[in-house]
Amino acid sequence: MSLTSTDIDRIANLARLELSPPESERMLTQINGFFDLVEKMRAVDTSGLQPLAHPVACWQDVVLRLREDAVSESDNRAANQRNAPSVEQGLFLVPKVIE
Amino acid sequence: MKTPTELHDLSVAELAEQLRARKVSAVETAQHFLARARANAELGAFLYFNEEATLTQASAADAALAAGTSEASLLGVPVAHKDIFVTRDFAATAGSKMLTGYRSPFDATVVARLAEQGAVTLGKLNCDEFAMGSANENSAFGLVKNPWDQTRVPGGSSGGSAAAVAARLVPAATGTDTGGSIRQPASFCGITGIKPTYGRASRYGMVAFASSLDQAGPLARSAEDCALLLSAMCGPDLDRDSTSLDVPAENFARTLDDSLAGLRIGVPAEFFGEGLDADVRTAVDAALKEYEKLGAQLVPITLPRTELSIPVYYVIAPAEASSNLSRFDGVKFGHRAEQYSDLIDMYKKTRSQGFGDEVKRRIMIGTYVLSHGYYDAYYLQAQKIRRMIVDDFQQAFKQCDLIAGPVAPTVAWKLGDKSDDPLASYLADIFTLPASLAGLPGMSVPVGFGAGNMPVGMQLIANYLQESRLLNAAHRLQQATDWHLAKPEGF
Repeated sequence: MSLTSTDIDRIANLARLELSPPESERMLTQINGFFDLVEKMRAVDTSGLQPLAHPVACWQDVVLRLREDAVSESDNRAANQRNAPSVEQGLFLVPKVIE
Repeated sequence: MKTPTELHDLSVAELAEQLRARKVSAVETAQHFLARARANAELGAFLYFNEEATLTQASAADAALAAGTSEASLLGVPVAHKDIFVTRDFAATAGSKMLTGYRSPFDATVVARLAEQGAVTLGKLNCDEFAMGSANENSAFGLVKNPWDQTRVPGGSSGGSAAAVAARLVPAATGTDTGGSIRQPASFCGITGIKPTYGRASRYGMVAFASSLDQAGPLARSAEDCALLLSAMCGPDLDRDSTSLDVPAENFARTLDDSLAGLRIGVPAEFFGEGLDADVRTAVDAALKEYEKLGAQLVPITLPRTELSIPVYYVIAPAEASSNLSRFDGVKFGHRAEQYSDLIDMYKKTRSQGFGDEVKRRIMIGTYVLSHGYYDAYYLQAQKIRRMIVDDFQQAFKQCDLIAGPVAPTVAWKLGDKSDDPLASYLADIFTLPASLAGLPGMSVPVGFGAGNMPVGMQLIANYLQESRLLNAAHRLQQATDWHLAKPEGF
C-alpha cells in the first residue's frame, strides 16, 4: 500500500493541520516508510480474537466507575480561564461561526 | 557530618536520614541542588525553576522536621518533575510550544502525593514534546545532553529526568513511560527507573499522550530509592482517573532484601537476536551470571510477538494521541495563531504553529488509522495483536517469576544520529514496547558499560502488581555489584 499526496492532504485536513508543500512531501515519504513496517502486522491471523482496548481488561474485570452525582468542586472559572488565549466576561472568544 | 558539597552524592534514603537527624536543613539542601542545577544548565535537563516556591516548600519541610511528629517518608528531599506533569507553582508545557507559559490551576496527583510525603519540588524537567520521542531531541525548548558523553542523547522521552539524576542535579525525578520513556533514558544515563503496572499511578494531571499506555514512575540512582518514591507515587485515585486501579498503596521497600534463591528468571530468545549490539549483550549476560550467583535460575522463554510490538505500538499510540491532542485548538488554553480567516483556519494555523514535526507525524498516522475504511485493518488489528502479546507474557510467566533482557539494542547514540529518520528511532524501542502494550511493570537497572564507555541497562519485567519483586531483584543485584554507583566524569 502506498499513500499519495492527495491522501496526505485529506488526512491533514481531518487532523486540522496545515502542511507546507515541503513538509507535506516529507510527510508522504516518512508515512509510506512507516506503513511498510505496518504491513507485517496486517498479515497476522487474528480471527476469533477480541480487540484489547485497555491493558487492565486482560487480567481484571473493568467496571466503569460512576461518581455520586454531587457537587465536589466550587466555581473555579477565573483560574481555569487564566490560560485561555481570548476571554470576555467569562466566555471563550472564537472567530465568528454563524453569519 | 556531611559537608554541603557532598550532599548530591547521597542517596534519597541517606538524604532523608540526614534531614531527619537535622544534620542538614531542607532549605540548605534545596539551595545546594538549585545551585548545581543552574551551574549545569548546559545539559538542558531543567526547563523551569521557581526558587520562591521551592524554598517555601523546603521551609515547610524544615518546620515539620523540627516538630519531629511527621511520618512523611521524603521530608525535605528535593525531587524534580518531568514537564509532562501539570504543576500549580511551575510552568507546565509538555515540552511543546503549544503550551508555552501554561500554568495549571491544579497539581497532578503524582506531584501532590510526593508533596504529601514532604518532597520539595526543585523544578521541571525537559522531555520530548508530549512525551513523543526516544532521544529528547523533540523538545520545543532544546535538546538534552547525556552527562556521560555530552555529544550523545540521554534517551527519551524522560531525557531531562534521566540526565538530571545521572548528573546529580537532583536525587530523584518523576518520569512517564508510554513505550519505554522511563526505562530507555534510565538505561542510556546509567540510572535506575521503574514503570509500575498500568493503573498503579494516577494519570490525573499527566498531559495525555496515549491513555491506554501512559504510566508514571520514578527515576533515581538505586532500586532502593526508586522503591521509596514509587511507594509515595502509587495508590488509587478513583474519582479522578477512570483507569486507576483499586489497589491500596504499598510499601515497595518492604521486600527489598528478600533472598533470590530459587527465583526463576525468564530470558526471552527474541531479546537476544541479531538486532542486539554485542557490547550490550555482553553487559546483560554478565548481569544474568550475577543473578545465578545470587541463587536465581535462568529459564529460556519465548515472546514470539516481540517484533510485531513495533507496528502494533506505533498504530495504537498515535491513534490515541491524535484523539488526545485534538484538545489543542487554540480556544480554551495554549497557543493561538495570530492571523486566520475563520474558525477552521484558526484551528489549522494554531496547530501547525504549535506542534513540532514528530507530533504532527503521529497525529497524521493516528488520524489515518482511525479514519473510515482503515479502522478495522489497522487500529482493530493492532488491538487484537495487543491481546496476543498479553497472552505471550502470561504463557511465559507460567515458567518464570521475572523476565530479564536488554532495555535497548544499543547504548545511547550520538546527538542528531536518528533525528532525521523517525523510523530508525521507532525500531530502537523494540524491547520496551511489549511490556508497555501488556501494561506490565518494568524497570531498568544499570549493568555496566558498552561502546564509548556508555552505560548499559538491563530490563526486568514482572507480572501485574509485582513491582516489589522487581525492586527486590534489582536491589539484590545492586547490593552484590557496583555498576549503579558509577558516576559520570565532571559531576
